[in-house]
Amino acid sequence: MADAGVPRAGRPVRPFPPGEPVPPEEPAWRRPADGLRAYGLIVGMWTRSALAYRLSFVMMTFGNGALTALDFAAVAIIFGHTTRLGGFSLAQTAFLYGTSGMAIGLADLLLGSMDGLGQRVRDGTLDAMLVRPVPVFVQVAADRFALRRLGRVSQAALVLAWSLSRLDVAWTPGTVLLLPVMLVSGAAIFSAVFTLGAAFQFRFGDASEVQNSFTYGGNALTQYPPTVFAKELVRGATFVVPLAFVNWLPATLILGTPQPLGLPRWVDWVSPLVAAAVCAAAAVAWQAGLRSYRSTGS
Amino acid sequence: MGRTEVRDGTGGTGDAVIRLDGVCKVFDVYRRTGLLRRERREVRAVDGISFEVARGETVGYIGPNGAGKSTTIKMLTGILVPSGGSVRVAGIDPSRERTRLARRIGVVFGQRTTLWWDLPLRDSYDLVRRMYRVEPARFRANLDRCVDLLDLGPLLEVPVRQLSLGQRMRGDIAAALLHDPEVLYLDEPTIGLDVISKAKVRQFLAEVKAAGATTVLLTTHDLTDIEQLCERVMVIDHGRLVHDGDLAGLHAVGASERVLVVDFARELPAVDVPGARTVRVEGPRQWLSFPASASAAPLVAEVAARYPLVDLSVREPAIEEVIARLYGDRASL
Ligand SMILES: Nc1ncnc2c1ncn2[C@@H]1O[C@H](COP(=O)(O)OP(=O)(O)O)[C@@H](O)[C@H]1O
Ligand SMILES: [Mg+2]
Repeated sequence: MADAGVPRAGRPVRPFPPGEPVPPEEPAWRRPADGLRAYGLIVGMWTRSALAYRLSFVMMTFGNGALTALDFAAVAIIFGHTTRLGGFSLAQTAFLYGTSGMAIGLADLLLGSMDGLGQRVRDGTLDAMLVRPVPVFVQVAADRFALRRLGRVSQAALVLAWSLSRLDVAWTPGTVLLLPVMLVSGAAIFSAVFTLGAAFQFRFGDASEVQNSFTYGGNALTQYPPTVFAKELVRGATFVVPLAFVNWLPATLILGTPQPLGLPRWVDWVSPLVAAAVCAAAAVAWQAGLRSYRSTGS
Repeated sequence: MGRTEVRDGTGGTGDAVIRLDGVCKVFDVYRRTGLLRRERREVRAVDGISFEVARGETVGYIGPNGAGKSTTIKMLTGILVPSGGSVRVAGIDPSRERTRLARRIGVVFGQRTTLWWDLPLRDSYDLVRRMYRVEPARFRANLDRCVDLLDLGPLLEVPVRQLSLGQRMRGDIAAALLHDPEVLYLDEPTIGLDVISKAKVRQFLAEVKAAGATTVLLTTHDLTDIEQLCERVMVIDHGRLVHDGDLAGLHAVGASERVLVVDFARELPAVDVPGARTVRVEGPRQWLSFPASASAAPLVAEVAARYPLVDLSVREPAIEEVIARLYGDRASL
């Protein structure tokens, strides 16, 4: 602070005097807040830099929305030939489509850069992130944050809103609350899958295809009724990679459709718990992956 | 500047900012030997290194390619977890508390940038300021100095990916110093740079060193960097420290020689003075070789007293040769 007033003109006598004393370490309970703050910083920087090219930003967002709109058109076309798909009406299928799309859209918005981790591991640019005072997870997640990914979330939200307007649901306080809870849990489950995939990329540099098959593949799966798929696939999506908890299971409570595997009814309520469990597993895998990172030789 | 005590209060012992004790790093390297068979091989990149660096010291860390220099620096920053031994930087175990240490160190990798490829330098610096929570006034003062000393003014609005190697390196060095780190690691900061960029970087580092607040560990291939910046030099080879001392000491160990080039008033037969060997005669000019560890002054006095001396200069030995000799000695052990 003492040197802050050194005039610009003329060469300073002593450049780089020692800085202020390093502040004492923040208590552990502050760390999540610190991480969020850092996430905000990086996201803000990328957003500002994207907005600097406003025209290109608008076009990208628009293009993103148009592409995803076409995506739902594919679902609607199926219903041009039939009124029911696996026992689900168009509005019910749109509900699944909207909830799945919003869940993965939110996860993609927040953590969409995770699949670039393998590249960073291979070319050694992860090193730069490891020497900054911000958790690596936050830096990887926020890297090249793209607001245009909102295009996908909004399209899914529109489809969901449309389906809700057409559905005849007997709402109870429980199911009203369930809707936002399942969206958040779904986003958390997809985020955990993104993170798990990234954690593997610490060791196996190019696992991003595997990760994408679980995330985007999982999205393609859960936007259709579970009844159109083989039982084995539905079982796998329930017990192995718990994507059924994104929407298939909680949706039965809102849509009044039958439980796909004939499991007890309480299973349809536990999406938040499942989300918490897979997030915990992802966190452990991430830490283990980070610990095993070995940089690259020159 | 009574702040040394403040910093040491965080667990550093004595005045050693960097302390390594028997540090090893072993990489398992797999090589395909068949369709499904792989062969595992251990690479001991760092093989039992111990040293200390005191606060404010500028130390050169040199050695041939693959000697383990970068691996050492990665362990000192917390990027890599050591396979054995203990590491302390500013009292912190880097691999355990990497994020905490990050605030107190600055790192420059010559091979790859730590800046954001797509952002202009100014935005990168702004992000650094917020990430490191640098006080705005202090940040401005530091940035102004870096811009001034490293000629960054015209580059601030340019995205990093559009900078030349020399410009990018200057940008990186500035970024590493904006938060007033106690320790600065420079891993080959002059690699691939043109002569002018090299000179700028050296001059800047000399200023940082003159301020005396920053402890610098410098890895390089260019021995002029070491000669101009480091009073102490450590040589690493095959993961082991083979020399730790001043440059003169390195010359002594390497039995290197300096050359006194003298111009006489007229052509003379090869002169004969104690403590030196005449290695070349060309008209009135002669080359006298003497041990690099000895002082040139008595020799010059002797020559001047005995012969009609017109001009003279002293040539330093090429340190590459010195090191080659050092390695040669080790290889023959
Ligand atoms: N991530 C890594 N995986 C495997 N081997 C490595 C890795 N990093 C370095 N090495 C090996 O360790 C040795 C030392 O490398 P390095 O520290 O980069 O040397 P220097 O920086 O002195 O040129 C080399 O043999 C190198 O191949
Ligand atoms: Mg190296």
